[in-house]
Amino acid sequence: MTSNIVLSEVEYNVVGKRHLRPDGVDKVTGRAQYGADIRLAGLLAGKVLRSPHAHARIKSIDTTAAAAGPGVHAVVTAGDLPFAALTREELGGDYQRLKFANNHVLAADKVLFKGHPVAAVAAESQHLAEEAVKLIRVEYEVLPPAMTVREAMEPDAPLLHDDLYTSELGQLSERPSNIAAHMAFATGDVELGLTQADLVVEREYQTASVHQGYIEPHNATAFWNADGQLNIWCSTQGPFVVRTNVADILRHPVSRVKVTPMEIGGGFGGKITAYLEPIAALLSQKSGRPVKLLMSRTEVFEASGPAPGTWMKVKLGVTREGRITAADITLAFEAGAYPGSPVMQGAACALACYDVPNGRINGYDVVVNKPKTAAYRAPGSPQAAFAVESVIDEICEELGLDPVEFRLRNAAKEGVRRVEGPVYRRVGLVECLEAARNHDHYRTPLEGENRGRGVAAGFWFNRGFQSSVNLTVNPDGTVNLIEGSVDIGGSRATIAQQAAETLGIAYDEVKPTVVDTDSIGYTMVTGGSRTTFATGWAAIEAAEDVKRQLVERAAKIWDTPIEDVEYADGVLSHKSDPELRMTFKELARQLLGTGGGVTGVSNVDPAGEGNSFGVHIVDLEVDPDTGKVTILRYTAVQDAGKAVHPSYVEGQMQGGVVQGIGWALNEEYFFNDQGQMMNSSFLDYRMPTALDLPMIDTVIVEVANPGHPYGVRGVGEVPIVPPLPAIGSAISHAIGSRMRRLPVTPGAILEAL
Amino acid sequence: MVTVYVPTMLQSMTGGVKQVQVEAANVRQVINQLEEQFPGIKDRLMEGNQVRPNLSVAIDGEIARMGLLERVRENSEVHFVPAISGG
Repeated sequence: MTSNIVLSEVEYNVVGKRHLRPDGVDKVTGRAQYGADIRLAGLLAGKVLRSPHAHARIKSIDTTAAAAGPGVHAVVTAGDLPFAALTREELGGDYQRLKFANNHVLAADKVLFKGHPVAAVAAESQHLAEEAVKLIRVEYEVLPPAMTVREAMEPDAPLLHDDLYTSELGQLSERPSNIAAHMAFATGDVELGLTQADLVVEREYQTASVHQGYIEPHNATAFWNADGQLNIWCSTQGPFVVRTNVADILRHPVSRVKVTPMEIGGGFGGKITAYLEPIAALLSQKSGRPVKLLMSRTEVFEASGPAPGTWMKVKLGVTREGRITAADITLAFEAGAYPGSPVMQGAACALACYDVPNGRINGYDVVVNKPKTAAYRAPGSPQAAFAVESVIDEICEELGLDPVEFRLRNAAKEGVRRVEGPVYRRVGLVECLEAARNHDHYRTPLEGENRGRGVAAGFWFNRGFQSSVNLTVNPDGTVNLIEGSVDIGGSRATIAQQAAETLGIAYDEVKPTVVDTDSIGYTMVTGGSRTTFATGWAAIEAAEDVKRQLVERAAKIWDTPIEDVEYADGVLSHKSDPELRMTFKELARQLLGTGGGVTGVSNVDPAGEGNSFGVHIVDLEVDPDTGKVTILRYTAVQDAGKAVHPSYVEGQMQGGVVQGIGWALNEEYFFNDQGQMMNSSFLDYRMPTALDLPMIDTVIVEVANPGHPYGVRGVGEVPIVPPLPAIGSAISHAIGSRMRRLPVTPGAILEAL
Repeated sequence: MVTVYVPTMLQSMTGGVKQVQVEAANVRQVINQLEEQFPGIKDRLMEGNQVRPNLSVAIDGEIARMGLLERVRENSEVHFVPAISGG
């Protein structure tokens, strides 16, 4: 029996209620339009030729036969990108960034991972396109790959880039290196703190590359019109980011690129990068026809962006009473083929749950011959938490301390200074820990052989960034809400709820629509746990704009000064004349005859995002004969600030837990010794299914974020953080042996037993 | 006076000094003031005409939205922290 608890501080009329989702009917009846559903007159099918090698120099590409193939309209290679015609002198300091961005889309001199795009074809049908790519002749000089951070950091490792130097805040290493960046931050005196400790524990951890596993593969359809207008339809979390990236790579004015986000079948951070869009656009430009590109599941695994594999070292010092005195952490994350792993995000999250007087964190961003990593829910935080929380669990075991009590003694709270410097404002970790301690799950002893319980905490920043919303009042008193935030997890509803609450009207009187980049102001990606916070802010501001205009209109109709009119709970009234009163609906009917319609507009970049914390408890059982782990019970506690739509918050929490369980127990990219992925299908890349999981209990703790009108914090990312260490610790307790590499597979357990 | 927390990796340029007091009204002035005291530090904090893309400036715990133009108050704390986006 699942238990979902909401610990509310404040109640509202619309916010905080479980309304029906506006896109529900289209999605359950199959009418929702996804990228693969696009049909355009004259549409061509595209196919990408990808590298069979993890690391090789391209000696030549011959596309002659493919271009002459039946039904073929265009063939493109890196030589067709505008970048190919530009010189280093022309691009100046932007050269390397553009080179990496372009080479990632279509390889020029080298391929850096199996699946790296080398060329692409547009033809009359998918079959003809697939046949045509087979006619492209590529001559490679195969090079040895560097597949892990430890290998790639060795001084004699194969170099991926001859012109990549280690940057330490702009200071470059003398020689090229696979270490793209090293960054560090510290507080206090770590050496002194370690001398103050009664117990010092130092451990190393590793995690494997894992994929977000979104069910809908990447897709992009492009039509480059003869007048230079480029239209793109795709599955993305950030249509404006796609617009920027495509314009950047194709050196085309941003105003001539329109991106229409289709419905999205999952993203989790993996659908921000533009993989196919620039190629589809090039093929369309060359053929003069619209071109659609679709990735297969194998292409998604091999050529989109997994979360990085890692190597980590954690040293913690604590007193006998369970107070942290010092922490020294080193994180090395795989960036994939090009720089940009989330190692510094992981570093900033690593100790975020605790008040650490003396702390030092070093982070290394390391290129390896794997696909370039992409964001995945709280990027960097789950891996870092696995290392830090696992050490804390060992310390609790060693000192005989309760793991929740230990965390309460050291918990981050308002006024605590983070290791990288800033001071926390109001946050809800203590409340989460208390809710976990008081939960029936934690109060019920776990009994039985081969069973273990794990507890872990997790952190994510949550972000703001830019969002825009337009609200237009209809004559029937309803409101059209236009937004640029792609709806992945129910944000149409949560944005509409905030608009309705602010206007004082019913939820179902607001109709939200997600539109293209020509039809709304700049809106950052749906990600970073920002959408309900920031686009919600935009909706509130736009609603306030509507209210201002309605007050003005009522004053005009009543021929009275604006100051005499007030707006409350969806009703306009004269402050001193009780006869003068109109509902929102009554005024809406009169708008067209009294000066025209009313549209509220808002473009925001709000500050005040509130950090999120989660605390998870898991019970599991290990089969000593097979090493199989069965999750017996799972409870996730999280501070949501205000849960605008509690069902969707619970869904985010449960979804994050499921993905975290997969990360902890099963999921892993397997590579052969040539660096080729050997399990690029859902048959072999083992994600959890409903049959693998119990129902997941949730507790929503509401510690209002003072930086948002309704107290919203953001919820989508932190629930993937605690499962990794919680499960790792639970397995360790069940089998009596510490597991320091993820995933903890049945084979690894049998080896440890 | 504004208190600037010198990034750990740049403390070698400040002789190990971790906090610096400057008179400044915005982030640009903060960095210029640092440069006056510790020549060369500006190049480490900035790339071209903006703060390095992997850094954010936090003023009193709030990430600056306006880059170099972001205002700082008289008693503000300024930190250079890792840039965070999300997934």
